[in-house]
Amino acid sequence: MVVLLLAFDTATPAVTVALHDGDSVVAEASTVDARRHGELLVPGIHDVLGRAGARPADLTGIAVGVGPGPYTGLRVGLATAQALGGTLGIPAYGLFTLDAVACDADLPGPFLAATDARRKEVFWARYDTPLARSTDVAVNLPADVPAGDLPVAGPGALMYADVFGDVHGPAHPSAAALARLAVRRLAEGGELLPPHPVYLRRPDARVPGKPKKVRTARMSDT
Amino acid sequence: MTAMRGETDVADEPLVLGIETSCDETGVGIVRGTTLLADAIASSVEEHARFGGVVPEVASRAHLEAMTPTIERALSTAGVKLPDVDAIAVTAGPGLAGALLVGVASAKAYALALDKPLYGVNHLAAHVAVDQLEHGPLPKPCVALLVSGGHSSLLLVPDVAAEVRPLGATVDDAAGEAYDKVARLLGLPFPGGPPIDRAAREGDPGYVRFPRGKYDDGTLDFSFAGLKTAVARWIEDRERAGEPVPVPDVAAAFQEAVADVLVHKAVRACLDNGVDHLLIGGGVAANSRLRALAKEGSVRHGIRVRVPRPGLCTDNGAMVAALGSELVASGATPSKLDLPADSSLPITEILLP
Repeated sequence: MVVLLLAFDTATPAVTVALHDGDSVVAEASTVDARRHGELLVPGIHDVLGRAGARPADLTGIAVGVGPGPYTGLRVGLATAQALGGTLGIPAYGLFTLDAVACDADLPGPFLAATDARRKEVFWARYDTPLARSTDVAVNLPADVPAGDLPVAGPGALMYADVFGDVHGPAHPSAAALARLAVRRLAEGGELLPPHPVYLRRPDARVPGKPKKVRTARMSDT
Repeated sequence: MTAMRGETDVADEPLVLGIETSCDETGVGIVRGTTLLADAIASSVEEHARFGGVVPEVASRAHLEAMTPTIERALSTAGVKLPDVDAIAVTAGPGLAGALLVGVASAKAYALALDKPLYGVNHLAAHVAVDQLEHGPLPKPCVALLVSGGHSSLLLVPDVAAEVRPLGATVDDAAGEAYDKVARLLGLPFPGGPPIDRAAREGDPGYVRFPRGKYDDGTLDFSFAGLKTAVARWIEDRERAGEPVPVPDVAAAFQEAVADVLVHKAVRACLDNGVDHLLIGGGVAANSRLRALAKEGSVRHGIRVRVPRPGLCTDNGAMVAALGSELVASGATPSKLDLPADSSLPITEILLP
């Protein structure tokens, strides 16, 4: 069976794209720019396809990082995966971004993988091996992550080295790892999620109280 | 695609899909030339109601959830398939950054997968272009009054595909924002426009005269923050005096002040620029008092008023498709795949490169 799997992830400051032909990654591109996911992703896909001499219609599947990650960038990847999959009539598989981070961690396990969750928190999960996650993904302050003496890998680890102590790369997730993981799980079975974002937090919004009194309010409010 | 109208079969005109996600409506419209084929909308307005305003993150999440089903609904209504589409248009700004980005990311993926041109367009220009779907080609030039929860602008439109010039805008709250705030003061639900309009029908617009900000200041700008505060003060004084607040009368008097100043300045803009066609668009254009006053004021000055039907005044995908179609017809250069979403896109930029 011919396989041409497009993988990408936008759940961290990295916009990373890779193409996998079933045997190996044939092209990949990554750019780190937390504020330009929307600008960079589709040109990155276009570029990676071009370097492999492939067209969108040649793709047989899509693998996308479902986060958790900062929401605005994360949604770029999921919106793109859903639209590409729907238009091309091919499946779009979701994988946890932390699983790709763990895959690239040069550690035997057990260890933790972590990415930046902003608001001084990290998204994290525990791994028995780079391929086997042993907890749900979660969000906590670094000091509240039950790392114990385990090493911690990934951008969230490097960011809070003072808290975690034994920290390791990768500095960013790679779509190459995401692609390898997806191809492996497609062949051997394993968790493939729908292409929907994993936020882990509810939106910030407060139900307003009664309208403020303008007679007693400061003039700046009038 | 560029064959002249009238000489060609309608089926030869470009099929354009438009995507709108600048605020709380996920809109997907499909047009062929200036013929509307589908206008599918999914709104998250009910999720925002209890917060008294649109919560950007709630809106963005809802856009992503609604995008694929709304696209499918539009295609099914239009009786076309994605590969039939000749061009993709998308609102690139202005609007809520995170909300815009869902539409822009989706549009790019459709353009890439279909290998069709992408047009990243201005939301306000789209509000102008939509009227062509209902009332035929826009007079060149015309003046446009765009009033919604996010915008209150007067524009001179020599050519909606090529040139739009700002004449004036609100210096503080948008008109629709004032409606939302006054509705809250009166205990009416969000969004405030429809319930205030309904309540006002039973009220006396002359019951109290609320201030018309910047009415005769020589500019074509608006101000609605002072009006909102004046209404709040009036209500508080009443309550303090232990007197009841006549909701229909306050709603009518507030609505009269808003419509009066909008129409006054819109007519002024037409007269100053020697333009005899006024287009009114945006969600507040659905307001009955604004429509009535605009008709009166313009008849008096020999100005013809065009207002799209309410469903095309509020945010929708058809308006984006309409502008996209106009850009295709004018031979405009499509946007590149690194198109950004620009939350503060100026009105002078109709199409992003």
